[in-house]
Amino acid sequence: MTARVGVITFPGTLDDVDAARAARLAGAEAVSLWHADADLKGVDAVVVPGGFSYGDYLRAGAIARFAPVMGSVIEAAARGLPVLGICNGFQVLCEAGLLPGALTRNAGLHFVCRDLWLQVASTTTAWTSRYAPGTELLVPLKSGEGRYVAGEAVLDTLEGEDRVVFRYRDNPNGSMRDIAGVCSANRRVVGLMPHPEHATEPLTGPSDDGLGLFYSALDLVLAA
Amino acid sequence: MARVVVNVMPKAEILDPQGQAIVGALNRLGHGGVSNVRQGKRFELEVDDTVDDATVAEIAEALLANTVIEDWSVSREPS
Repeated sequence: MTARVGVITFPGTLDDVDAARAARLAGAEAVSLWHADADLKGVDAVVVPGGFSYGDYLRAGAIARFAPVMGSVIEAAARGLPVLGICNGFQVLCEAGLLPGALTRNAGLHFVCRDLWLQVASTTTAWTSRYAPGTELLVPLKSGEGRYVAGEAVLDTLEGEDRVVFRYRDNPNGSMRDIAGVCSANRRVVGLMPHPEHATEPLTGPSDDGLGLFYSALDLVLAA
Repeated sequence: MARVVVNVMPKAEILDPQGQAIVGALNRLGHGGVSNVRQGKRFELEVDDTVDDATVAEIAEALLANTVIEDWSVSREPS
């Protein structure tokens, strides 16, 4: 059996092609999902990729969150569908209420575009089970609104429930508690600002460290 | 028809780097008396009689503001 990974395209999405390619490199069939179509085409997992959906109008992810396809993703996520939000996709998942917190303008205002080290802080999620605890990944970050923010009580809950999934080694944007990625209470929905789908082979990225996220989800899907 | 104004501001405890940058620029322009700026958004909605206060609140809460990081307030302008 081949796992089928859906990749959503909104108007203004940039990284859907790389996300689909990463899914294929990991051994999955990539399935294109269109923002205006509520049909998830029976996929086993969904990636909400990066970019500037709807031009980041209003707030990053605020309009995309109401696209027909997202209604289906929200329903399916509640039933345990693995969902990965990368960069703008992370912003969309936060706006949709699938993940806690919000992403705001980087401290210092600079758009940050560089490869950086990311620590895997939790390996008990749908997207990180292939990593050893504390593994460090070299992946690109490219965002202007990547500063993770949440209330102190929410941050305490996330840490208490082992739901901080990725941390920056050197915090590039002022994210609270160095948080680069978090997961949902059922550990199936993961969002992060850096781009694992751009780190899948040495030819085009700084490493192939990002493939582990996709292998992790495939392990879960194929074991079911 | 009436005009409803929704103001959205970053919560007090949320870092506002844009506001800080504006303070820095004002100080360089010689306006040292300005110690703090916070930047928000103003939405002007033209609405008919079916849009009551509860509906405006719903609109502000669901779409115009992200209540994790922003507060909102509403005022009605006479038509």
